[in-house]
Amino acid sequence: MQTKNLGTKRFRDKSTLLWGLVFGIMFGFLLQKGGVTKYDVIIGQLLLTDFTVLKVMLSAVLIGMLGIYAMKSLGWVQLRPKSGSVGMNVIGGLIFGVGFAVLGLCPGTIAGAIGNGYLDAAVGGFPGILIGSGLFAALYPRLNQGILKKGDFGDLTLPQLFKVNDWVVVVPVAVLIFLLLFWLEQAGL
Amino acid sequence: MEFLTEVRWSPYTVGVGIGILSWFTFLISRRALGCSTAFAKLSGMIEMLFRGKKVELKPYYQKIDLVVGWQMMLVLGIVIGSLLSALLSGDFHWQAVPSTWESTFGDSVLLRAVFALLGGVIIGFGARWAHGCTSGHGISGTLQLAVSSWISAVFFFVGGILMANLIFRVIG
Repeated sequence: MQTKNLGTKRFRDKSTLLWGLVFGIMFGFLLQKGGVTKYDVIIGQLLLTDFTVLKVMLSAVLIGMLGIYAMKSLGWVQLRPKSGSVGMNVIGGLIFGVGFAVLGLCPGTIAGAIGNGYLDAAVGGFPGILIGSGLFAALYPRLNQGILKKGDFGDLTLPQLFKVNDWVVVVPVAVLIFLLLFWLEQAGL
Repeated sequence: MEFLTEVRWSPYTVGVGIGILSWFTFLISRRALGCSTAFAKLSGMIEMLFRGKKVELKPYYQKIDLVVGWQMMLVLGIVIGSLLSALLSGDFHWQAVPSTWESTFGDSVLLRAVFALLGGVIIGFGARWAHGCTSGHGISGTLQLAVSSWISAVFFFVGGILMANLIFRVIG
């Protein structure tokens, strides 16, 4: 087996680390201002009584998608879609969802919750995520031979799946997100 | 600069802000916002403190590299950014039991902590299984129109909505 990084550098270069920190501070600031560092807001979304989480996510996806695809067209950025499979994303997604409801936070918002002073996140949820990640690493060799490979489709994007120009998918998705958000507001949700 | 001291912003302001932030992470760092892998790396590094270098040889840690990088700093930054925002608006509170939980399951700090721990184990395991979380798949992946991310994001919410209803409307 190829091994890398044994006894070598434990940190990436300084500018990478600094940019990560700067982007993180902005991300955390926004998450807290949006109220999504709070258990009550996230559980409200999962109980379908408070749609803050969905509004934040969908408007981020709408704006992010238009900008990233515009910059991709200009040749400024490359996409980094994650590869996946039915076994990976359906089963993993459901497990994640169950944890999402029990914890009432996710890996990004729990960092924000800790900054907000929430102790159940700091002493319960945070070590829990570390333990869960470690358990997966222990089971990975077995899972990777089986369920994670089931229904593998690689790092496909929707325009590639439908074999069309990017904008043939981007524009309708943008319109659909906009209409969904508009409808949420009309319905008073 | 009064907006900095407001407790809450419109979810659309925040969403647009995160969308624009993602443009710059792609442009400057050639990366997408994502959080859960940082937890997996930290977990491996902590295990190394107890069990030594051989931990790093586990196939999963060979895959993700136990190195402090961009994403671990991003997650640290989230803690700091949230703290800053909360301090500026006076929304910082020490709190052990959230009010929605308390109104159904009481004010026991231990009970809530145990459930948070359990939920953390499940979500940490699930994030690795799905290869991403609410930010990596839910925002960054869906905005790139990745098939893996749209499937994951939908099932995050299917699982979450079913479980939250089981907890608060069936058990609670």
